[in-house]
Amino acid sequence: MSRRPARPSVPVTIDGEEHLAYEGETILDLARRVGVRIPTLCQLDGLSVYGGCRLCVVQTEGDHRLKPACATEVTGDLEVTTSTHEIREHRRRIVELLFAEGNHICAFCVSTGHCELQDLATEHNVDHIHYDYEYPRNTVDASHPKYLLDRDRCVLCTRCVRVCDEFEGAHVWDIANRGSESRIVAGLDIPWGESESCTWCGKCVLVCPTGALSFKGRSTGEMVHDPEVISFLSRARREGEWVGRKEQV
Amino acid sequence: MSTPNGNGNGQPRKLRFATAWLGGCSGCHMSFLDLDELLFDLAEHVDVVFGPLTDVKVFPPDVDITLVEGAVTNEDNVEIARAVRANTRVVVSFGDCAVTGNVTSLRNAMGDPDPMVRRVYVDHPDINGAMPTEIVPALLPQAEPLHELIPVDVYLPGCPPSGERIRNALFRLVESLEAGEGIPDMDWRTPDDLRFG
Ligand code: SF4
Ligand code: FES
Repeated sequence: MSRRPARPSVPVTIDGEEHLAYEGETILDLARRVGVRIPTLCQLDGLSVYGGCRLCVVQTEGDHRLKPACATEVTGDLEVTTSTHEIREHRRRIVELLFAEGNHICAFCVSTGHCELQDLATEHNVDHIHYDYEYPRNTVDASHPKYLLDRDRCVLCTRCVRVCDEFEGAHVWDIANRGSESRIVAGLDIPWGESESCTWCGKCVLVCPTGALSFKGRSTGEMVHDPEVISFLSRARREGEWVGRKEQV
Repeated sequence: MSTPNGNGNGQPRKLRFATAWLGGCSGCHMSFLDLDELLFDLAEHVDVVFGPLTDVKVFPPDVDITLVEGAVTNEDNVEIARAVRANTRVVVSFGDCAVTGNVTSLRNAMGDPDPMVRRVYVDHPDINGAMPTEIVPALLPQAEPLHELIPVDVYLPGCPPSGERIRNALFRLVESLEAGEGIPDMDWRTPDDLRFG
């Protein structure tokens, strides 16, 4: 990751307001910089772009397709709309589908109250799921001495896969299979506790947006993740400034 | 008041209010009782005509509001849910089990419930192990949210929904029905009124 150019120079309009973006900046980065909220799920500052969840879709003038803001770089004179009825409906449906295809039982989840999926549901006024639930038969991996993987709660955002590869350099995690069969596996689908490459660093647990990855021994609502630690590390590396997190915020 | 008024003494007719308990733990009903002194206020507007808190066996006709707790998990639930729908103007899916299936639907991922019931009632008891056949209603293959079986008008999620959440929704609903305005728009809800779990 290189340092950004000194001055923003690309004119971009977001929801009718003109802004100057840095070259190579994504629509999401710009929106955040100027205080416009675009919901996200798979995206995490500091990790490579995946663009898989599609929660961050926006409309750009002259293009009927919705585009993921986290994976679309700005170009000059771009006109972006971040929130129309259609966009919000689209996002709400994505959230509902995530609920329908997993076994997300919030009532006794380790992360209830601190879950990005649960928050997205309330943000989008989801008071029930219009789709039929899949009730997939998933497995729990409790073989690691310190951590737990509950695939019922996984939304396949790949944050864990990316952080393990890109920050820890261990590449324990991958996605096996395709489509609705997709699931997170350690190594070549071995129990996590038997993985020799896992360094026990716990970064995958910190970045997980839901209760899928947790510290063992946490009860309902007790698992609070800390994805910002990765954003901090990434910024520190990039800027060469290891200012304490607390001082920074 | 949208229905013809009067009980003969010049008083407007109270709304007919019911609750039903399907496949849930009764926590939502407990939470309803957490309305505490507001129950007196509610009682000024509604008559409770059916539910675990009454001694009425058959679901009555012409009910204005019914709160339905629990997922649809056995044959008995199906019967009650249908009776509720057929006789109620505003059906409220009350709590996460009714809204999402929640804990009651945990069994679904394991498929056919028969082996589970067998495990509990036949394999494990020290004496008289047998499959329950009488009185206990048969389980459906899957526990489903209420709206999978009958149309639902209002969703009130939460496990259980807090007394405050129930108050916010219920009193608005009562007010709106009394004013003859039908089901109110639920857009006023904040995340605190919506969150699952
Ligand atoms: S385990 Fe968590 S971080 Fe990994 S893919 Fe699933 S939801 Fe994302
Ligand atoms: S946050 Fe952009 S696609 Fe997931």
